Amino acid sequence: MPPKPDLPSGTPLLRMRDIRKSFPGVKALKGVDLTLQAGEVLALLGENGAGKSTLIKILGGAHQTDEGTIEISGQPACVATPQLSQASGIGIIYQEFNLVPYLTARENIFLGQEPGRISFIPKRDESAKARDLFERIGVDIPIEAECHQLSVAQQQIVEIAKTLAQNARIIVMDEPSAALSPRETKGLFRVIDELKSHGIGVIYISHRLDEIFEIADRVTILRDGEHIDTRPITNLTREKMIELMVGRSLEKEFPKREATLGQARFEVTNLRRGSRVRGVSFNIRAGEVLGLTGLVGAGRTETARLLFGADRPEHGIIRLDGKPLKIKSPRDAIRQGICLLTEDRKTHGLVLGLTARENFGLPNLSQFASLGFIRQREESREFLRYVDQIQIKIADPEQITGTLSGGNQQKVVLAKWLQRNAEVIIFDEPTRGIDVGAKYEIYQLINQLAEQGKAILMISSELPEILGVSDRILVMNEGHITGEITDIANATQEDVMNLATKREAVAA
Amino acid sequence: MRNFNYIGFLFDYGTLLVLALLCGWFSYVTIEEQSPTSISAAERLAKRASGELSTEAKVIVLARQGGEGESFAKTLSEQLTQAGISVGSTTIGKPTDARKALTDFGNTGKELAGIIADKHMANFANANLAKLGQAHPGLVKAKIFQPESYRWPNFLKKENLLNVMKQISVVAIIAIGMTMVIITAGIDLSVGSLIAFSGVITALTIQSLGGSAPTSGDLWLGAMVGILVCGLAGLFTGGLVTLFRIPAFIATLGIMFIAKGLAFIFSDSAPVPVGNEAFGWLGRGRDFLGLPNSVILMLILFTIAHVMMTRTSIGRYIYAVGGNPEAARLSGVPVKWVLLFVYTLTGLLAGLGGVMEASLHTTGDPKSGDLVELKVIAAVVVGGTSLAGGQGRITGTLIGAFIIAVINNGMNLTGVESHMQKVIYGTVILVAVLIDRLKIHLLKLKKT
Repeated sequence: MPPKPDLPSGTPLLRMRDIRKSFPGVKALKGVDLTLQAGEVLALLGENGAGKSTLIKILGGAHQTDEGTIEISGQPACVATPQLSQASGIGIIYQEFNLVPYLTARENIFLGQEPGRISFIPKRDESAKARDLFERIGVDIPIEAECHQLSVAQQQIVEIAKTLAQNARIIVMDEPSAALSPRETKGLFRVIDELKSHGIGVIYISHRLDEIFEIADRVTILRDGEHIDTRPITNLTREKMIELMVGRSLEKEFPKREATLGQARFEVTNLRRGSRVRGVSFNIRAGEVLGLTGLVGAGRTETARLLFGADRPEHGIIRLDGKPLKIKSPRDAIRQGICLLTEDRKTHGLVLGLTARENFGLPNLSQFASLGFIRQREESREFLRYVDQIQIKIADPEQITGTLSGGNQQKVVLAKWLQRNAEVIIFDEPTRGIDVGAKYEIYQLINQLAEQGKAILMISSELPEILGVSDRILVMNEGHITGEITDIANATQEDVMNLATKREAVAA
Repeated sequence: MRNFNYIGFLFDYGTLLVLALLCGWFSYVTIEEQSPTSISAAERLAKRASGELSTEAKVIVLARQGGEGESFAKTLSEQLTQAGISVGSTTIGKPTDARKALTDFGNTGKELAGIIADKHMANFANANLAKLGQAHPGLVKAKIFQPESYRWPNFLKKENLLNVMKQISVVAIIAIGMTMVIITAGIDLSVGSLIAFSGVITALTIQSLGGSAPTSGDLWLGAMVGILVCGLAGLFTGGLVTLFRIPAFIATLGIMFIAKGLAFIFSDSAPVPVGNEAFGWLGRGRDFLGLPNSVILMLILFTIAHVMMTRTSIGRYIYAVGGNPEAARLSGVPVKWVLLFVYTLTGLLAGLGGVMEASLHTTGDPKSGDLVELKVIAAVVVGGTSLAGGQGRITGTLIGAFIIAVINNGMNLTGVESHMQKVIYGTVILVAVLIDRLKIHLLKLKKT
């Protein structure tokens, strides 16, 4: 860990001035300023497409700025390449970790810092340093464990340790809590506090506003590539924050609606697979949004995958409108009216190399194709309908999906499943990594679907979301359903957490 | 509306540009004095000669043997006779035959008015007429007529271009299936061995059905058996890859050895002859507009494959499986079925390639098809299909196959020695892959 930098007071650790960056057809950044003091946490907020990622990539050397200056501790710095950025004391922890899964924690931490290209590894030194780093951060991770055996939270700590080992004084964390359970997030915050106390400046990016209030000292808000405001957190309310981000005031975070519930449509009885799903039974009524929550690893996603045929259950009966379904593959599930919006768009939701139209059509070819020939014009026309309806920001349906922003990718996923007009729709973390404005649109869409009499299962780790959107909540822990909350209006986050940590299941 | 994307255009059509440059280069270096021997050239020559010579003049016609010599000489003498000129003799052969024809005429003592010949024979006559004239005065006054020559690249001669296409047709046809396999992020090393296997099976089936004099029905049936057996081999490969999750490289490596071994075992290590010349129809025939049948078959299959990949569900599925198999599966794509399909199709096409190869030689040869799998992969890769899967085009593969064929042919025409050819061959493949990498790099810079 580097010593606390000895700076003349007032000189910020990092100052980015008038940063501009254009891509063909888009001005991603139109003169953004950012300052970071040593020992503070600066939250960088903005909707998707506001320019946060571009700014961070410039800092990390993945992009080069068109105009503007970057100073570190008052000295002009050149961060034109990832190597230069690293050498300047900047460490960036992207959402997708850069760890080699079959190397140990220690090997990952010191990867790239071996004494020479061909040399023996000073293993004892490394071990001591790694242990020292973990001790200072205040965590206990086995340094010789291979990274793929570590939990997501532990891998994140390894990433942090890695940047520290590279003498980073500025650490950027992009959505660090996205894959963490609330408990693990608390652990992360303790680590960040440790970093602060060592004089390290942290830029923290998150869509979870609750966390911002908990961890940030100041907030910089971007919108449409412009710098909107920078304020101490104490000067901000949640509502004001949202207003600055979306550029208009949002009445509420969650749309309200009157649920009119019908018959039980979707019934699941005693679903089992391994230790992750141990006898799950529930039903969803027509027009109902059933929330499913729990800590990471509780078996929520695994349950969804079984319902969708992505994995094969060892046991369990699934009925739709009283009729037992035979589901051996996602294809079967889709045909019988079930669809799943996976939590991970990039690896499970989209084929990024295909165009948006092609991804949209993928589960709908039975509709768009006759005798195997795809009616591409019709496909394009239907897709454009959704571009309007759910406001996908896209220049052309032929745009490659990988080049869209996260929120727009999620909307393409939504469009493709909406077109399917399924009866049971499973949303797994539907708003992960999505900005506030778009979240509201997605909640509205969920409500609309429910109003059409569909059965909706929404999996989410965000307690405000689960409480705000669901008509009823199921809580899972260790593969069991540990409780049900029907009186949503009076339920609290504590109620949910109590159930989520309950050890033994009630016999289902 | 949209900005014209130069980089994209260059990369989309870059391989076409490379092909055009290669053709241009080989055309330039193979420009030579051409003396036509076609029928129409003969007609023009006869017209010119008969215009300059009086009727009843006596002439002899000389042409070199081989190529178009026969039809050239035949047309000449027919046209000249029609124009009322007396053709003393028509000789198709070597220079010694020409000398004999001239001395024979000289021995008759008559006066020879003209020698109508192709370029080679005209050169011979020019060089020797004076000497022959000393012994045979009747020859001295003979005027030598030859077709007007012009400068034209050997590379661009119709025969040569057809040859280029014909030579690559087997590789190109198999490359259709290989493109699909590679787009699904797989590979098929067994196709070269399947060529030999298919040829041997086809020839053996024909033998056992029709003995030494098979009927055309036997030929068709034999070809079908050869193709289907290879299709089954492909299906088996697909099964290993999907059901047992064996990497395609290993599974097809195994099939490659097995098929090659079986081809030698079944044929007792000797080529299996097919006792009916009609079997050569596919490999050697030219039934339509003078195009080789194999080339027509290739063009038809490419058209079908292109439509399949761009317009149909299975095409979309193939790209999706290659781009992200899990996302494809979760979107309801029958991933295993798609993989079985592409490997089976590649097997069938390799079987077809084997039948074409056997047809060319009217023999099922267990030694054929060696290293063809690498040529096929080279064609696909040069055509811009990424080995990482998810990206590639059928039209690109056709261009890739042509690039390889043109390089091969051009090097033969310019007399590059065969070991050097391999070096150049390998270099071209590396350059193609480098361009592919560069493309991905530039696109990344452009987009994010």
